[in-house]
Amino acid sequence: MMIWSVIDILICALVVALAMAALYAPALRQRVMFFIAFGLVVAITWARLHAPDLALAEAIIGAGLTGAMLLMSLDHTSDMPREPASYGLRIGSAAMGGVLILGLMMIVSSLYPIHDGAPTLAVSQRQVESGVSHPVTAVLLNFRAWDTLLELAVLLSAALGILNLGPARRSCGHAASLTDGLARVLVPLLILSAGYLLWKGAFAPGGAFQAGAVLASAAVVIHLTGWEKLPRVGLRSLRLLLLVGPTLFVAVGLLPLLNGQAFLQYPVELAGLLILLIESAAMVSIAGMLTLVYLGGHPHANWPIELVNPKEPM
Amino acid sequence: MGSSPLLYAVTGALIFGIGLLASLRDEALLARIIAINISGVGVFLMLVSFAYRGFELAPDPIPHALVLTGIVVAVAASGLALALEKRLAELPKSKTHKEDSP
Repeated sequence: MMIWSVIDILICALVVALAMAALYAPALRQRVMFFIAFGLVVAITWARLHAPDLALAEAIIGAGLTGAMLLMSLDHTSDMPREPASYGLRIGSAAMGGVLILGLMMIVSSLYPIHDGAPTLAVSQRQVESGVSHPVTAVLLNFRAWDTLLELAVLLSAALGILNLGPARRSCGHAASLTDGLARVLVPLLILSAGYLLWKGAFAPGGAFQAGAVLASAAVVIHLTGWEKLPRVGLRSLRLLLLVGPTLFVAVGLLPLLNGQAFLQYPVELAGLLILLIESAAMVSIAGMLTLVYLGGHPHANWPIELVNPKEPM
Repeated sequence: MGSSPLLYAVTGALIFGIGLLASLRDEALLARIIAINISGVGVFLMLVSFAYRGFELAPDPIPHALVLTGIVVAVAASGLALALEKRLAELPKSKTHKEDSP
């Protein structure tokens, strides 16, 4: 047990040190690099705290996609050296922040030891009714399916907002020769692992979100090679791609109303099948939404028709 | 196995605080987006350490599901913020963005 305490202290120190580096490194590029490293150490932390679903999601989404997104954004962001705030203001804000942190730490410590509450006990008792044997998937898609439905709605609104903000970031062409060979190996493997994660989610860590994020990272790899070998995605199929997950989720949720049951209260004997159906559709939509989030704009190059800054050739 | 989840929870509180403080500084938008993401990870760290039940026992799945939702919402919000930032950078430099010139 001694060795675990040492490992815990090391992980925590690393998390804090990388967070400080990502927040206070002098150049933005350095901060992005430290942030990616921070995400990976946090993924290890989730694994240590017995949360493998989160470790997967953090490594793919938190470190991978967010990191790729930030790196792409570096091109048009300058370091913007601003005048530092006045001395008094800095001291004051640091003092207030210190009080906040200390207060929060005291509140957090007063919560221990933690006992299982009624909702947790209910989840473990009613696990068999959920149709899946992995508790996190049961909570996500059955017991708290509302949360997940609204999460898809949040993702959809973010994707719609991004679609309306202009054309996508262009891929860096100079990397194409390097990544072309890599993409041929990576993309099929990523698609395969997405299917595996989706199927596995019923009884082990995995599920629609991790699988969708893996598919989105396949799209990131393709984007890095320069899109050329990919058929154009039409506006109609893009809409279909984004809407199939949320629509199917709502439709399956509405079905129990015909039997006089509540919204999203699946029949026990069909729950496993319905969850797999919802997750498959959700995976496709999540992949589309996360790809849009990464691209940061409409995939059509000349969108909107009239650009504010016309000197950039699109 | 008394103290290790507490250590992670306290680290989470610390990360949340320093991330929040850094996100309020007057800096490049990209740096503030990073700061908000880090402070979000602080919240996740607290939630997940509340879910931890020791080596032998299975953890509480409800905070895990909440944090999974949180990670996805965080990337969506950051993506929207970065797209807005890109749009701001594309706009012709106008009175909204030039502050250092007197």
